[in-house]
Amino acid sequence: MNHLLTMEDLDREAIERIVGQAERFAEVSDREIKKVPALRGRMVLNLFYEASTRTRSSFELAAKRLSADVVNFAASGSSVEKGESLKDTVLTLSAHRPDAIVLRTPWAGAAELVSRWCGAAIVNAGDGKHEHPTQALLDVYTLRQRLGEIDDASIWIVGDVAHSRVARSNIIAFQRMGARVTVAGPPTLIPRGIETLGCDVRYTLDELESADVVYALRMQRERMNETWVPSLREYAAWYQINGRRLQPQQVLMHPGPVNRGIELSGEAVDSPQAVIAAQVEAGVVVRMAVLYELLAGSAGSGTGSTAAPADPMAARVEGAPADDPLPEPQPA
Amino acid sequence: MAGQLLSHGPVEPAQLLLRDVRVLDPRMGLDARRDVLVRDGKIAALAEAGSLGEPLQEIELVDGRGRLLAPAFFDPHVHLRSPGQEHKEDLRSGTRAAAAGGFGGVIAMPNTDPVIDSAPLLGSLREAAAREACVPVGFMAAITRGQRGEELTEMAHLRAEGAVGFSDDGLPVASAGMLRKAMQYQRLCGGVLSLHEEDPTLSRDGCMREGAVSAALGIGGIPSVSESTMVARDAELALYESARAHFQHLSCAASVASVERAKADGARVSCEVTPHHLLLTDESVRELDTRMKMNPPLAGEQDRRALVQALRSGAIDCVASDHAPHAREEKEVPFEQAPMGTTGLETAFPALYTGLVLNGELALDTLIERMTAGAALFELPTATIAPGEPANLTLIDLDAELIAGEHGWESRSENCCFAGRRLRGRVLLTLAAGGVVYREPVFSVVAA
Repeated sequence: MNHLLTMEDLDREAIERIVGQAERFAEVSDREIKKVPALRGRMVLNLFYEASTRTRSSFELAAKRLSADVVNFAASGSSVEKGESLKDTVLTLSAHRPDAIVLRTPWAGAAELVSRWCGAAIVNAGDGKHEHPTQALLDVYTLRQRLGEIDDASIWIVGDVAHSRVARSNIIAFQRMGARVTVAGPPTLIPRGIETLGCDVRYTLDELESADVVYALRMQRERMNETWVPSLREYAAWYQINGRRLQPQQVLMHPGPVNRGIELSGEAVDSPQAVIAAQVEAGVVVRMAVLYELLAGSAGSGTGSTAAPADPMAARVEGAPADDPLPEPQPA
Repeated sequence: MAGQLLSHGPVEPAQLLLRDVRVLDPRMGLDARRDVLVRDGKIAALAEAGSLGEPLQEIELVDGRGRLLAPAFFDPHVHLRSPGQEHKEDLRSGTRAAAAGGFGGVIAMPNTDPVIDSAPLLGSLREAAAREACVPVGFMAAITRGQRGEELTEMAHLRAEGAVGFSDDGLPVASAGMLRKAMQYQRLCGGVLSLHEEDPTLSRDGCMREGAVSAALGIGGIPSVSESTMVARDAELALYESARAHFQHLSCAASVASVERAKADGARVSCEVTPHHLLLTDESVRELDTRMKMNPPLAGEQDRRALVQALRSGAIDCVASDHAPHAREEKEVPFEQAPMGTTGLETAFPALYTGLVLNGELALDTLIERMTAGAALFELPTATIAPGEPANLTLIDLDAELIAGEHGWESRSENCCFAGRRLRGRVLLTLAAGGVVYREPVFSVVAA
């Protein structure tokens, strides 16, 4: 794997490999020193054109736990505001020779475009309303932790599907892992043609009790100004996941940040069914696994290294001798 | 009057003998091997192949070897980007692209910077074309000032200055009341109203046709009804006001049906279709190549088939390229940020010949007819292959292969949706307004 651009590119085997690696990395988080040297000397560049706290910090933590160097580049307050194009920004930052670029933009396909402009491994951390593959991977990870396998599970994705990159990546990922996916929401927010991705479409939550997993999407307040739904009050009355709708055996997921009282009631957020905090925690280990897969994984790294990777789990306290010290100069 | 609506730079009258060419002029019912003599820029003789002897010293001999000689094509819808956007295209580069595509005349849209919405602006543009254009150019003027849809331009003044017609192309005339006033005023000034049909409240911030592909990509979709509802509205208005209206770049079956119905009811309406809507679908957008981003957007396969059928039947009157050049840096951005438009003058014939004629979907004479029909729709003279007619001709090698764009483009821009495709039907020579305006660089002629 050279890049992680879309869930479309990952088959079940690749998803299981990354999730399995994440499970092994989870142990690192429990250590006193939460760090392994797997990517020591590698540079990960976070390039974010949209505001993001949790995704960016999750990638930053992941890279640091793998001992990579991390540079954060936010578009606001940078050369981008002086009118620099995406291409020029990427070419400029590429001069620093990052091994991986984690990219978030408001534009579909931007990650793929950038992958053609530079040699670094590109991780799509959200491209417009298109995809957010690491979110889907961490959601698969979280569900496997909770349910074991997710084959034949019925997963309902509820809310603003039209504007959700999380929905699109998860529709693909959950189905690749053998689940059945239903999307439900106001007809104005279910895009025409979404059923061609293989999911069922519902406009009410009448059959929600048949679901094993309820995945609520964030209802963005700015959608109100564009009159996609008449009011948040009406949206909540028809689509909010609350104590009345959520069944005891169901798992409740949400990509965050939650609008308490809109797509989720307070009691649903705080219920034992909710795995929202576990999703956040999974974010770090899954992103560790993605970076490891791209930069040290079996299919080779973005820098063209063919050497077999060292055991990523070998713990090493920073400052300890390197296991591959620079060779001594040989006499001519 | 009509001839004066077209402007072109100085032309040296051609002296040519085209020996043994396959002359195909569908309107003349002509499809036969002939010798064609061009003297002083006019067709002087049309004789049995091989019957015209060795030409005089000053006449160039072209050995046709049965290659196709057709009336030069006419494109009623191009963007030459002058004034104000010469980094994309200018009068010379745009008309050179036309000549290279076998076109002997084009109509330029007024959505320039500034918009062509006043007689002095139009006058200076026509003066520039009289110096720089290498094929005759007609100019549309805006329907509304600044294309803002709020007040009519001085349509009568603009007509007197030589506007072929009126268009807010790039934008719809959103207000039915405003368009109705333009249709009424047309009784005073004449000139065809050429309409870009789109309901902005349905298109919103869409970047491609709404459907399975837009749903999968998470890109805002423009539904086909954004176009077809406006075509239906304006076809009814045209019928009610007995106005002459032309519908631009149709992209869906429902729009065609509205135009057909209006024609049957006696409305004075016509319509065009682009090569890209005839040959490509929204599946081509999956890779998010910005050359595939245009307005109207590429449609689904069912609509594409309906457009081909309508071009065949004549329900669609003519082909227009909607040649829309954009600079490399403007297109080398994420899909949603890119401007809409593809270039098309240099690929129109080979793309349609390869994509429709060679696989039997469209007869060659029908294609030639539809690629020359635009002139008459705009009350301009039609290129005709007959003695005494001015030489407006294109010579084409139907068997020659080309890879679109392999030797660069005459256009200043390279945003062509057919770039890199292997096509058949190479334009070898174009004559417009009596002069040779294009020669294929490697095409060898036999000098007398």
